[in-house]
Amino acid sequence: MKRALPLLAIVSLSLPLAAQDDLPPAPYAYTQLEDPAEEAEAVELMETLRCLKCQSQSIADSDAPMAGDMRHQVRTRIAAGQEPEEIRQWLVDRYGDYVSYAPRVTSSTWPLFAIPLLLLLAAGAILWRRIGRKSVGGPDQINGEGDD
Amino acid sequence: MRGKMWVPLMLFAFFIGVAGYQLFQPKDDQIPSAMIGRALPEFELPAASATLPGVSTADFQDGKPKLLNVWASWCLPCIAEAPHLESLKEEGVEIIGVAIRDKREDVDEFLATHGNPYTRIGADDISAVQLEIGSSGVPETFVIDGEGNIVHQHIGDVSARDVPRLLEILKDAS
Repeated sequence: MKRALPLLAIVSLSLPLAAQDDLPPAPYAYTQLEDPAEEAEAVELMETLRCLKCQSQSIADSDAPMAGDMRHQVRTRIAAGQEPEEIRQWLVDRYGDYVSYAPRVTSSTWPLFAIPLLLLLAAGAILWRRIGRKSVGGPDQINGEGDD
Repeated sequence: MRGKMWVPLMLFAFFIGVAGYQLFQPKDDQIPSAMIGRALPEFELPAASATLPGVSTADFQDGKPKLLNVWASWCLPCIAEAPHLESLKEEGVEIIGVAIRDKREDVDEFLATHGNPYTRIGADDISAVQLEIGSSGVPETFVIDGEGNIVHQHIGDVSARDVPRLLEILKDAS
């Protein structure tokens, strides 16, 4: 019985694997587009779209069936002449900004862009004041500070 | 000057505090659909089972609110929700299924084993309709009003206590 326990643990841990379909993947889930330029465009977009099943991976990185189905959508839409940003918008319209890894400036994200700029400005201002003060004080004062 | 010295430490403590607080919040990995309040996109799916017809957008536009249940025979929580879909059906609710990446014989076996609350089931072999309506997993249940607009999304399996709430939303949608 003791021997069976680890086995039981392995079997029960692998149960989620059973919760997968066994249909073949969508036609363009693992098949590249014939036109290399279109394929490159598709891959670039796929790398910045979130897999909805495995939320820390892009759909280009994930082997989840749903990520394959999303890659199929991206490739067929690119092949049909849609712009990558158009396809990104199509997904954002359905899942919100969460589906896209490409950051956008919106009413809730603008501080992320503004704060680093403000910090840089503040750091610049502090440096300017310090350096400015020292050069006014002359070389004697700089030597004096160095003795502390 | 003395007081100023503490500013960086206070900022640091504040940051740690915020990060620590967020660490202990329960993880929310549900992705709500952004399609709620919008019309069901145009689609047409072939039949997923031997006994029920397929599904198209027009099936949702006959004036009666319905449930659109996104499910699959390979999905374990779908077994858990089957009896509760059954009780919704007994209340007179029409449930239309969309089977994700499923085989016909598996769908039929599931219906034979766990009951059939559906009037139609469409086969979505490449999750195309699932992606169109902003669903990110199975099972999910959408309330569609009589004109074919998406009014509500229920993520995860329908449990016994979800039944009255869904009935309420269906009533409000008519």
